[in-house]
Amino acid sequence: MKTKIMAIAIAIAVVLGLALGTSTGIAADVKALRDTAVNAPDKAADVFKVQDGVKHERAYRQQPPLVPHATDKYEIDLKVNQCLRCHEWPYSDQEKAPKISDLHYIDRNGVRQDTVNGNRYVCTQCHVSQVDAKPLVENKFQPAVMNR
Amino acid sequence: MNMDTKPKKGLLLQAWSLLLKPTGRWSLGAILVVGFGAGVFFWGGFNTAMELTNTEAFCISCHEMRDNVYREYRGTIHDSNRSGVRATCPDCHVPKPWFYKIKRKIQASNEVLHKVLGTIDTREKFEGKRLELAKHEWTRMKETDSRECRNCHSFSSFDLSRQQKRAQIRHDEAMDEGKTCIDCHKGVAHKLPAGAFNAEREMNETWNAAHKK
Repeated sequence: MKTKIMAIAIAIAVVLGLALGTSTGIAADVKALRDTAVNAPDKAADVFKVQDGVKHERAYRQQPPLVPHATDKYEIDLKVNQCLRCHEWPYSDQEKAPKISDLHYIDRNGVRQDTVNGNRYVCTQCHVSQVDAKPLVENKFQPAVMNR
Repeated sequence: MNMDTKPKKGLLLQAWSLLLKPTGRWSLGAILVVGFGAGVFFWGGFNTAMELTNTEAFCISCHEMRDNVYREYRGTIHDSNRSGVRATCPDCHVPKPWFYKIKRKIQASNEVLHKVLGTIDTREKFEGKRLELAKHEWTRMKETDSRECRNCHSFSSFDLSRQQKRAQIRHDEAMDEGKTCIDCHKGVAHKLPAGAFNAEREMNETWNAAHKK
């Protein structure tokens, strides 16, 4: 019994040691997007000017449409969602703003509700203001529409 | 009972009869000069004391203001911006013209009563009252055609061409339709209460029913 426990302990120690050894080996090669030292604070994110009034088309079918105006001043919390003040029907007609897609009214059981469903409530989680930000890493992505 | 002596006057009546009698001791000139000096002193003192209650520091000396509305106001465009021009609490919440200022100050004595009663002395109580309090301010702004906004933001000085496209269109419409700032700009310096949009709609309906034919 004692030898069995010892054997298991040694096996665990060897595996852990190997894992540690390889991970430190890999860590030296990792190039993170975050280009400051591990123990240094983050660099402040770039601030981009919002492209107001120009309409950007979707780059791929499932892309949440971009917002052609600033959204930072709009309150989205438990009490109020100011996006809905213009984009929810019937406000959308009155304010001549794009209406929220009907898919946002379907709850997780597939039942259509009368108000925007909770799982789609935080608009800015998907819909972001459009800015002229370059991709963080070089890539070969081709947008579906070219008039950007 | 001795019928000869007159009944003794009360203290107030004595003072009143003293005020009614012309003085035999002071010249009219002295009374005028002293009266004028005292008048300047008291009037100046009154206005100075009232102006002291028209400061941000005075407003946030109560925790109800400091921990709720002031905290939300911090960081908004009226608190910090590129040029450092600020609109503090009284700039929006106390009228500038003297008559309306006094009227608002007298109404504010009710707020002192509720401070004593502790009507909104916790966050929960404040949130519970918030819609009602917000409606008071929206109504006040609506009734005065957003007078306090327009102390700085006057329609006639708008350069629409320097505004963003969306703002241009909406401001142009607003001028044509005779709208006022608060119609759209609610929750600019503070968070909105729950149920704000329904309250807004109800307010507009009652307003339109009363004011448009």
